Amino acid sequence: MENLSASSRTEAFPVGLRVLVVDDDPTWLKILEKMLRKCSYEVTTCGLARFALEMLRERKDHFDIVISDVNMPDMDGFKLLEHVGLEMDLPVIMMSIDGETSRVMKGVQHGACDYLLKPVRMKELKNIWQHVYRKKMQEVKEIEGHDINEDIQIRNEFEDFEDRHVLNGTDMNSMRKRKDVDNKEHADQEFTDPATVKKARVVWSVDLHQKFVNAVNQIGFDKVGPKKILDLMNVPGLTRENVASHLQKYRLYLSRLQKQNEGRNFGGNMQSDFSSKDVTANFDLHSSTQMQQNGASSKYIYTNQKIPAQVIVPDGCADDFKNVVSLQVMDSKQALLSDVSDSQKVNSVSQLGVLLSFKEMMPIVDMKPLEPAISRHQSWNGGIPVMQFMQYPKHNHKRCSLLEDYSCLPKPDQEHQVFADHVHTPPSVISVTCNTEDDMCSVSELKPVHTNQKSSHIKPISPVPFMTNPVSVQVDSGLSNTQDYSGLSNTQDFGATCGKDGSTNQKDHYNDQTCSGWIPPPLQLSLTNETDLVSLPEQLQLCSLQGIGCFENVGLNNMEIFQYNDSTSAIEVHGNWYDSLEFNCDYLYDSADYPIVDECLFA
Amino acid sequence: MAATALKEQLNGLVNSMFAEGLLDEQFQQLQMLQDGSNPGFVAEVVTLFCEDSERILADLTKLMDQAVVDYSKVDAYVHQLKGSSSSVGTQNVKLACIQFRQFCEENNQEGCMRALNVVKHEYYHLRSKFETMLQLENRIQAYETKQQN
Repeated sequence: MENLSASSRTEAFPVGLRVLVVDDDPTWLKILEKMLRKCSYEVTTCGLARFALEMLRERKDHFDIVISDVNMPDMDGFKLLEHVGLEMDLPVIMMSIDGETSRVMKGVQHGACDYLLKPVRMKELKNIWQHVYRKKMQEVKEIEGHDINEDIQIRNEFEDFEDRHVLNGTDMNSMRKRKDVDNKEHADQEFTDPATVKKARVVWSVDLHQKFVNAVNQIGFDKVGPKKILDLMNVPGLTRENVASHLQKYRLYLSRLQKQNEGRNFGGNMQSDFSSKDVTANFDLHSSTQMQQNGASSKYIYTNQKIPAQVIVPDGCADDFKNVVSLQVMDSKQALLSDVSDSQKVNSVSQLGVLLSFKEMMPIVDMKPLEPAISRHQSWNGGIPVMQFMQYPKHNHKRCSLLEDYSCLPKPDQEHQVFADHVHTPPSVISVTCNTEDDMCSVSELKPVHTNQKSSHIKPISPVPFMTNPVSVQVDSGLSNTQDYSGLSNTQDFGATCGKDGSTNQKDHYNDQTCSGWIPPPLQLSLTNETDLVSLPEQLQLCSLQGIGCFENVGLNNMEIFQYNDSTSAIEVHGNWYDSLEFNCDYLYDSADYPIVDECLFA
Repeated sequence: MAATALKEQLNGLVNSMFAEGLLDEQFQQLQMLQDGSNPGFVAEVVTLFCEDSERILADLTKLMDQAVVDYSKVDAYVHQLKGSSSSVGTQNVKLACIQFRQFCEENNQEGCMRALNVVKHEYYHLRSKFETMLQLENRIQAYETKQQN
């Protein structure tokens, strides 16, 4: 049930209020659950902050309010609070046995709408609905264009907010509803009963956040101001306040990330790479597309933002994926992360996504801002066949040396190489497909974006990053059709799409859909050169190419081609793919496979 | 009437615990939460509390046994225990935890060792009472169920 509004509930608000309780103490969890049930609320309990965040992400509109303890072993309650505020904009109540003023202040500063002391009493819980109601009212107000400060209804609250605003805008901003209808319902909702008004809050979707990040990066992180961002974003209906509050949260988030990064080693998560400054680079995802890999368990959401998106990798997420580097691109909203579990299969396709922390992978430390694939090429040599995304490693097929650009490209025989060159194809962005294989060498080379996907899993192979955008991955047209290689090679300009043709070593994972690649979500292999590709499709079918050439060995030994011309991007991929995402993801290719490629590719 | 006698016994026990300061108002809240839909609620909570506390105490003992004591970890555990104890309303354990944290802050090893012992003592004292309480409750339940059938 998404967005249940009170009206959809049979009983009057606040009955049925959907509460999520997070506390590591099992005794308290039980007690709170019981108490909240007694208040006629709908309770969900969670003992780990991570799970709570996951739950919240998965079912965004499933909860009305979150109550969380401050001291938890896996994640600091304040951190959780931040995340929830940034991503979901739900009211959060903090709890603790510690009632020290400094702690309470910290809670408020981080955006908590209330701070309860344990032992918590029924009467306190009975009233939590007021926070939900208040938010709704604020939303309504914004919808109506009222100045929040003139809110008459909850004047007290606002006064407080104003005071706090002076001290620290965070809370104020978070309190303010950014309700501009942006992605949600608009003002056509009933205003009569705020409680029934569907939330029209601004939902910072992946797209929107991407725009935001792009704007921020364009302006220069140090010089940003809400007005500038707002102007750049050019989103109708978005107000300065919306942007301001989001910016605040974003800043907090980044600063926290940075601190964390200092302490983290990279292997674990890519976050470190993504310090705010760097992060941006990584996400050049253009459009956020959600790549759902067929069968892949993970979901990738790519934001195609061009901007050097910041990889916002929530701490929680990052930790979760040790194996999978899931760059939370831009926004925590984007949940990408394929589970690496499929890495095995994925072998073939290295996920373009940012493989952040593949266990084997080296942290993609290179997730620097992704530059156009072109520049990547160079890095390709790194051994990461960026282009390859598709894991092709195994395929011997001739690679598509079709790339016009790559005249130097060797014939299909050369596996690997193809990629490198192909990658250059103009738009081509190399999506690095890192195999989740353990072998993945550090994908530093990977330029491709780091889609969050875990390359490894991506089943549908999409190793080919389709970055439709110029930078994006390449695969522009490089289809590598092993079998048809010869024919293809001469065909039009295939971008370097070859996945690793040469890499026969690659596991044959490719063969299956699992091309982990990261196939840009919609990418269905749309090869630009259809003609040539004609043959491919069959072969590729295996891979649920999301657009990226799947590398299945379906028939093709080396399937690699992926051409996805950016232009055509046939793939829907456009955009998402990381435009310049560097795939630093580790390729999970078999390292053995890749090395070869490098050489060839870079002529 | 055995049930009645048992109930009286139970009430007497609980009241004495209140009087001794073993339990406070929070426990009353728990009792109030118990209702027909969940007659074993208090028992469940008490059991959970005991399990959790014993786990924490075991960890604490291990930490304190080390040559070099990591006081921040110790403090974190004590904090947890303090939170837990507040859930069932056990005053004595909570107070002992507060003391313990004080010693932790001072990095006072001896103080901590003593405080740990006090906490344990209080806890086990409470636990034995809880055990009696639960036994009585079970028996009462058994009686009532029998009567109903």
